[in-house]
Amino acid sequence: MTGEIVIALLAATVQSGTPILFATLGEIFTEKSGVLNLGVEGVMILGALAGFVVARQTGNPTLGFFAAGLVGSLATAIHGMVCLWFCGNQVVSGLALTILGTGLANYLGTTFIGTAAPGFTPFAVPLLSAIPVIGQIFFQHDPLVYVSYLIPPVMWLFFARTRFGLGLRAAGEYPAAATAAGLNVRAYRWLGIVGGGFFMGLGGAYLSLAYTHLWTSSLTAGRGWIAVALVIFAFWRPGRAVFGAYLFGGIMALQLRLQASGTQLPSSILLMLPYVLTVIVLVLSSWRKRTSDEPASLGVNIAPAD
Amino acid sequence: MLPMRIVKRQEPLGFGGSFFVIFSALVVSLLLSAFLLFLGGTPPVRGMSVLFQGAFGSRWALEDSVLKAIPIFLCSLGVAVAFRLKIWNIGAEGQFALGAIGATWIALSFPAWPKHFLLPAMIVMAMVGGGLWGLIPALLRQRLKTNEIIVTLMMNYIAILLLDYLVYGVWKDPRSFGFPMTPMFSEQAIVGKIGSTSINWGLAHCLILGLVVWVFFRFTRVGFEIKASGDNVRAARYAGLPYDRLVVLVMVLSGALAGWAGFLEASATVNRLQPSIMVGYGYTAIVVAWLARLHPASIGVAAILLAGLRVGVESLQLDLQVPSAFGGIIEGLILLTVLAGGLFTHYRFAWRRKI
Repeated sequence: MTGEIVIALLAATVQSGTPILFATLGEIFTEKSGVLNLGVEGVMILGALAGFVVARQTGNPTLGFFAAGLVGSLATAIHGMVCLWFCGNQVVSGLALTILGTGLANYLGTTFIGTAAPGFTPFAVPLLSAIPVIGQIFFQHDPLVYVSYLIPPVMWLFFARTRFGLGLRAAGEYPAAATAAGLNVRAYRWLGIVGGGFFMGLGGAYLSLAYTHLWTSSLTAGRGWIAVALVIFAFWRPGRAVFGAYLFGGIMALQLRLQASGTQLPSSILLMLPYVLTVIVLVLSSWRKRTSDEPASLGVNIAPAD
Repeated sequence: MLPMRIVKRQEPLGFGGSFFVIFSALVVSLLLSAFLLFLGGTPPVRGMSVLFQGAFGSRWALEDSVLKAIPIFLCSLGVAVAFRLKIWNIGAEGQFALGAIGATWIALSFPAWPKHFLLPAMIVMAMVGGGLWGLIPALLRQRLKTNEIIVTLMMNYIAILLLDYLVYGVWKDPRSFGFPMTPMFSEQAIVGKIGSTSINWGLAHCLILGLVVWVFFRFTRVGFEIKASGDNVRAARYAGLPYDRLVVLVMVLSGALAGWAGFLEASATVNRLQPSIMVGYGYTAIVVAWLARLHPASIGVAAILLAGLRVGVESLQLDLQVPSAFGGIIEGLILLTVLAGGLFTHYRFAWRRKI
């Protein structure tokens, strides 16, 4: 009996962790190119709205999912323009993007509040889902969760084994040397920003199309910021991001269960848990910073184009 | 190829030029906002006129704008102190909440104290609360190099939930019919209004504190050290400036100023503690600080402008049913365009010569 509860909790952990995983991977992709994007929260909520509206109008959640990615890329392109064309401060530009994105999503989404859209439903993977415990935890989810399993290894391969991945990392480590070697640093940074934005948008869409099938204005509730923190926890490595995302998925799943079980703890204290955990996780990761793969030129703009 | 190219200026852009750039950025962002109104089905010209009429068009509107500018100004002053050192304090919102909580604690514990004693005690506690909320991320950064951006941001969420916890729980007014709010403060715990206006004496606090911050940066040694370290951390360390201690100092000052704003909001504006005071002034403060290039006097002007936008958006909501989130859009656009305009401080466009 207790075993079943634990398994159900772990399955819920994977589900709650998935939107954070998408967003964290997106931010890793962007930061590897040397650009800090603090707009994740705003991009996610725009992605959530875009996915929801497209799924609702077309009746096709898959279309909504990709639309969310595209809108994510478009939104981060604003950050690209400010940072890469106008050399604006990356910290402030990202914050502005969060303010703008949150405002825009709530402005455009007013008419959809409380409505529902066709979303993704769980689909048990044949054979794999029959494995005891593991199958129940990892392979009885909606298809988007399975998509999220594929991204970390693919992203790792991209960084470690492809020319483009190497170029992207060079743009984030030492742009001057990359330019001297004939790479177009600006183009690689554009790739980092817009590519990362695609994943952030997908993370938002997971919230409105799979986690719930509803649109509410506070859907992201700080998950974008948690993703920014998790990049540091993950030492900029896609593989470690999985652990971080599921850690937060776990605490969020636990928090929901506790609330539902009618505990004596006030809900405001329970709701604090993920944010307190974020601070703790950051403190713990700053202890062993030396082992991290932080891009050396993160947050440093390159001079404007001639 | 474009007929223009970007060239570095010999001298950074002067005051007049900077003013022109910021003014143009404001115009561009308002045009974009008007376009969004049009997309949302609101007549854009009428909408923008309602926005400005609502913000500055009548005595009542103007007073409301000044009233909202007070907390924004103080938070922004705090943010600017931290930004001078290039410490990214995004936590004004949480520090504001802790200030309000600290002031409320005193107001509820000692309601019978005389006014000239109670109000200063509330201010001190508000500054302690806000300062403490700034001290934690500062110490983490100083000792462990923990990223202050995310810590301050997370502490915003925690502070708002703490405020919720208090007003839904231990501090809840038993006669509030279930509404989350503390009992009303005693007469002695309330900052009064100036004459027959609706503006409270917090405006005077703003003028004094603005002057103090200006003097601090202009004439004191520590102020100079902060500016110098902000311009170039490595050079400052080389020159033996106590950079790590400055980080703690600016964060505590920054938090204390935002805390003071929280005190005024609880004491003067709503006369109690309730969750509705958390409307994002701490985030608007960042827009204001950047728009004003961190200068105290300009922060005053920018605070009134952005407060006016908030008031104007309220009339836009009432008259034309535009969602209140429109205010966030304008703020975001202003910040982005002003940032982009910053390029012209050190660069300019030049025609390409034909060879």
